Amino acid sequence: MAEPTLSLRSIDKSFGPVDVLRKVDFDAYAGQVTALVGDNGAGKSTLVKCIGGSYSIDSGDYTFEGKQVHVHSPRQAADLGIEIVYQDLALCDNLDIVQNMFLGRETHGRVVLDEIAMEKAAAGALKSLSVRTVKSVRQRVSSLSGGQRQTVAIAKSVLWQSKVVLLDEPTAALGVAQTAQVLELVRRLADQGIAVVLISHNMNDVLQVADRIAVLYLGQMAAIVDRKDVDQQQLVELITTGRTGDIGLPATNATAGAV
Amino acid sequence: MTTSSVTPESHPTSSDESAHVPADLASVASTAPIEGGLGAYFRTYRQRVRSGDMGSLPAVSGLIVLVIVFWILHPQFGSLANFSDLLKQSSPTIFIAMGLVFVLLLGEIDLAAGTAAGVCATLMARLSVGYGWSWPFAIGAALVCGLVIGLGTGWLCAKVRIPSFVVTLALFLAFQGVTLFFVLNGAGAHGNISITDSFITNLYNGQMEPWLGWVLAVVAVVGYALVKVRQMTSRRSAGLIAEPVPLVAVKVAALAVLLAVAVYLLNLNRGGSGGSQLVNQGGQLVLVKPPALQGVPWVVLEIGFFFVVWSFVLSRTRYGRHVYAVGGNTEAARRAGIRTDRVRISVFVISSFMAAIGGVLLASNTHSVDANTGGGNTLLLAVGAAVIGGTSLFGGRGRPADAIIGGLVVAVIANGMADLVQGNNRDSIQYIVTGAVLLLAAAVDALSRRRAGAAGLG
Repeated sequence: MAEPTLSLRSIDKSFGPVDVLRKVDFDAYAGQVTALVGDNGAGKSTLVKCIGGSYSIDSGDYTFEGKQVHVHSPRQAADLGIEIVYQDLALCDNLDIVQNMFLGRETHGRVVLDEIAMEKAAAGALKSLSVRTVKSVRQRVSSLSGGQRQTVAIAKSVLWQSKVVLLDEPTAALGVAQTAQVLELVRRLADQGIAVVLISHNMNDVLQVADRIAVLYLGQMAAIVDRKDVDQQQLVELITTGRTGDIGLPATNATAGAV
Repeated sequence: MTTSSVTPESHPTSSDESAHVPADLASVASTAPIEGGLGAYFRTYRQRVRSGDMGSLPAVSGLIVLVIVFWILHPQFGSLANFSDLLKQSSPTIFIAMGLVFVLLLGEIDLAAGTAAGVCATLMARLSVGYGWSWPFAIGAALVCGLVIGLGTGWLCAKVRIPSFVVTLALFLAFQGVTLFFVLNGAGAHGNISITDSFITNLYNGQMEPWLGWVLAVVAVVGYALVKVRQMTSRRSAGLIAEPVPLVAVKVAALAVLLAVAVYLLNLNRGGSGGSQLVNQGGQLVLVKPPALQGVPWVVLEIGFFFVVWSFVLSRTRYGRHVYAVGGNTEAARRAGIRTDRVRISVFVISSFMAAIGGVLLASNTHSVDANTGGGNTLLLAVGAAVIGGTSLFGGRGRPADAIIGGLVVAVIANGMADLVQGNNRDSIQYIVTGAVLLLAAAVDALSRRRAGAAGLG
């Protein structure tokens, strides 16, 4: 397999006496959707925040495009090309789609904002994802549905030519039809050559769209498996006990962790 | 968004087709040009109003209704002199309100804007009268004082993280003391400082030469037309949807007519019936015809200047965009790399700076400052003006134009009530009515927000 865009080795992270992540390995490949699953408290959010620079890692190697990097702030992660689409979306309701997609990175001349360039680029990004649900890029975000908001947040990462996009529970608040649309969008994002990391609680979503699945169990990486190698029941077992059959953590280890 | 799961998502292909049907665009809360002719624009606007995004519609219609009512009840209300007085009377409120719009955009409040105006005004008066500073320095000192006050207020709110309500409430009290201190240490016989500098007193009371009014009106209309046409052509040449030509023409024509009528009326002599008076000149009585009182008040230019500047800043610059973003969702703005603390401090600086100008006008109006300058209901009228004009108390929505429309409403009420109700109850009725209008405006704000939420517009 090709070299991963993002690669973590032996990541440790603790908050005081609590070890949240223990020797975690994780890879994200360009053009693939890597799902990151795990029960509540397994360390998914912490791992995402370490990747995104909100937390700095205690020890371990963080490699991006083959080079070892040290990411200590969200700004640094963004500069590398790592975009995080947060669960609560981080959009401004009172601004329109273009304004939101360019927020903090507005195109401008000497003083005046270049609205035309921004509008064209935003429309282009949405078009490249074949988004048809949004009527006008000058719509205020307050008038958008949950699915459309996710669309805008995801399209932002295309606009900024991100290399790695982390999606934190993108379908959590959505209905069936909108979930299907967003998952399709996730697929198209990967098809554009972006390394997509999908954090989700929803087994159906994961099995439907992921190429590889990484399972966190109590701060340890229980398994990283190909989608085609597992079924739903095995996945649930991995999430709840850290092992299934001969995949996963060694039996002793898993039990020790459960105590 | 809680309603998202029940909102039926239109099928991708069907919505794509309908995107070219003007009627369907009515549901788009668009902030920019949309496809279709004037009809589509009208429908979109109506839909927006119905969904709770009313903008300045209630204020403008309220203003018209108030003017008609007062005119009928008291014909003198519609006199030329009163028209000019209304513009002048509204000016201090408009200036303070224009600064408050920035603070309100962030969902904050500046309760000290009124008394800060008082401090800046008394400082100016003291320097001008007590120390003989010429007006550029005296006014400059007042404006710098405003900037410093804003910097301090903003720092306390953004860095120390004291709620702005508390910070500015404390400053509201403290500034009254500062004003009192200045006045007590420099007051004349009447407990006030009389300002003699004619430039300062003319800022509020003066009017420009009639020809200058026309020149400025032409400049305003031509400037507006140029901006509109340039916007339209550059959008069109970039292949984007632009405003239709008729709409631009209607807007420019409307502005031209409005300004022409206003300048024409203000250029008529409003100095009473013009009868000659006996005046004692150097020991002998002379029959003198009073000078014609005509021309556009200078305050109109002063307001217009800052209106253009702040509108430009808010709608065309990165800084303005960031103000709206921080007001709409601070967390999102922070994640987008916007320095939210700096934005927060800056709005208080702008607020106090504009309050300083408002204070200068307050002093200019009465040719003096006293312990009450900027106190009393100055601040509440300004907050009322901004909210009545359509600026939301919840942050994220507001424009400098709101301050002007709201300021005029407040001035019309004060002016109309003063004429209408005579005797002892005059002030009490006026307070009650102004309070009721403010409450009404805040209710409209809150209800339109709720309706927008119910309509799935967050």
